[in-house]
Amino acid sequence: MKTVAEPIPALLPEPAAGPDDAVRRLARNRSVALGGAILALIVLMAILAPVLGTTDPARVEPVLRNKRPGAVASIRNADGSQSTRTHWMGTDSLGRDVYSRVTYGARVSLLIGASVALISTVIGLVIGVFAGYLRWLDGVVMRVMDGLMSIPAILLAIGLVSLSRAGLRTVIIAIVIPEVPRVVRLVRSVVLSIREEPYVEAAVALGARTPALLLRHVLPNTLAPLIVQATFVCASAILVEAILSFLGVGIPPETPTWGNIMAEGRALFRILPHNILFPGIFLAATVLAVNILGDGLRDMLDPRIRNRL
Amino acid sequence: MPAYIGRRLLATIPVMAVVAVVVFMLLRLTTGDPAAIIAGDNATSQDVAAIRTKLGLDRPIAQQFVIWIGNVVRGDLGESFFFKKQVSQLIVERVEPTLALATCTLLLAVAMAVPLGVLAAWRRGTWIDRAVMGLSVLGFSVPVFVIGYLLIYLVAIQLGWLPVQGYQRLAEGFGGFIERLILPSITLAIVLVALIARITRASVLEVLNADHVRTARAKGLGEAAVLVRHVLRNAAVPIVTVIGLGVALLIGGVVVTESVYAIPGLGRLTVDAVLARDYPTVQAVILLFSVVYVMINLVVDLSYTLLDPRIRY
Repeated sequence: MKTVAEPIPALLPEPAAGPDDAVRRLARNRSVALGGAILALIVLMAILAPVLGTTDPARVEPVLRNKRPGAVASIRNADGSQSTRTHWMGTDSLGRDVYSRVTYGARVSLLIGASVALISTVIGLVIGVFAGYLRWLDGVVMRVMDGLMSIPAILLAIGLVSLSRAGLRTVIIAIVIPEVPRVVRLVRSVVLSIREEPYVEAAVALGARTPALLLRHVLPNTLAPLIVQATFVCASAILVEAILSFLGVGIPPETPTWGNIMAEGRALFRILPHNILFPGIFLAATVLAVNILGDGLRDMLDPRIRNRL
Repeated sequence: MPAYIGRRLLATIPVMAVVAVVVFMLLRLTTGDPAAIIAGDNATSQDVAAIRTKLGLDRPIAQQFVIWIGNVVRGDLGESFFFKKQVSQLIVERVEPTLALATCTLLLAVAMAVPLGVLAAWRRGTWIDRAVMGLSVLGFSVPVFVIGYLLIYLVAIQLGWLPVQGYQRLAEGFGGFIERLILPSITLAIVLVALIARITRASVLEVLNADHVRTARAKGLGEAAVLVRHVLRNAAVPIVTVIGLGVALLIGGVVVTESVYAIPGLGRLTVDAVLARDYPTVQAVILLFSVVYVMINLVVDLSYTLLDPRIRY
């Protein structure tokens, strides 16, 4: 419902805000600062994995199977000398160091989260803009999207990974497809409301062509809600990947991912809960950080969608 | 009103059609001969040929779809080569645990989330509000299987209060049945509680400032009566909507929870079928879950007029 007073601010030009100002505003928001800080730590951990005292996460040491967290083991080096190594998070049933696997596992989770967020946002943006702007396309596209959204996301992802050999690319595609409709819906709703705005009508009256109109007026308006949506897509993608790996249908088990470490730890969970506990904590912390960041961004960038999920 | 119900029913047709096409295409998109895939690894060439004729795989794809959907509508979901029986029979055998788990979870989630959400809105800005909202973000972020194993470890293994895993049919006694459902239901309910509590809070906040609430308070009604009769009733539509949408999360969670707790339901069946590349079963379960989800949301939409008599279509 539009009130009389509402269109006026929209007609006024926004006060120009420099990039410094934006950064300062971002840092002042407590949620953004907290979520961003935790996420930055985890990203750092993923990048610096090789120098954080890790060993080869895939190295199997049958002698060192099923060690409890904190166990000290002596290893014979290639030159015959002995050295000791502390397994802070214990070892798994193949004798792989859980700390190393958890540290390297951050790479997969972050990679999946970022790429799914990026790919589904781009695809969703393109489809959503066209659906919102071209009336004849709208009905068909939205019915297809409604149908896709009627298949619970995890089930659709499981069905899609079962189609071909599981690998990083298959998993990314399988998670992107269920996420796209949600982005399309969001973009379409923004486009539909923008195209009724007086300044868009003015641009049309002044003879702006459709591509220019979309690029200069419609696209910038979708940016804020899209960034927010992308963080939630990222969080859900990290969770879905972990679930797929955990169920044994995701990325091959030798790759260290948090879901795979937990899947491996299931059999001996009663005696050695650390194989599920440690990756679980990191997984939850990462998703939590992304969610907190998203909540903060939403409150800042678009107060209108504050109550939307 | 009847016109609205009719329109709403019509609107589910294209949605179901898209679902059917997607599920149908799942198998056709695999590389290789669908008949050989359906028949499984140990099939003879006669088996494969029989399936090819039955599904009409030598005909155009549109015709194949019609044959497939015709079989599905008649309840013929094909045969599982892994479990060696009709998929429809397999589903009937596995439906009880899933239905029990889903019902318990939904009841538990609503019973916890709605009061929490109302409380948070009522005490807006206090530590109670912040605690509820903080826990809700946490509930969204901790994966369901991590919660599951944590609960098993603490409640079942360390404290020994409840059985660790497994399922007991209702017919074998209610005590054992409910005992084994408590932990899985709590596990699965947490994400739903997070979702529903958030929406309840937002929805109640919008109503709390309405004139009629002030009037209700002014005429001396107790706070509890105001909240339940005047606020919650008016905030009901978004809450019920999100419960309907939450069923998608519930279904996804069922798949994981049943694996964690070794419950022989439809979720477990899905995972076993995917691992065995038993495509007829995978297709059937995805189709079934999607139909259930669409139907629940249809009922939710139709319930709006009952919940809020002001809504007229």
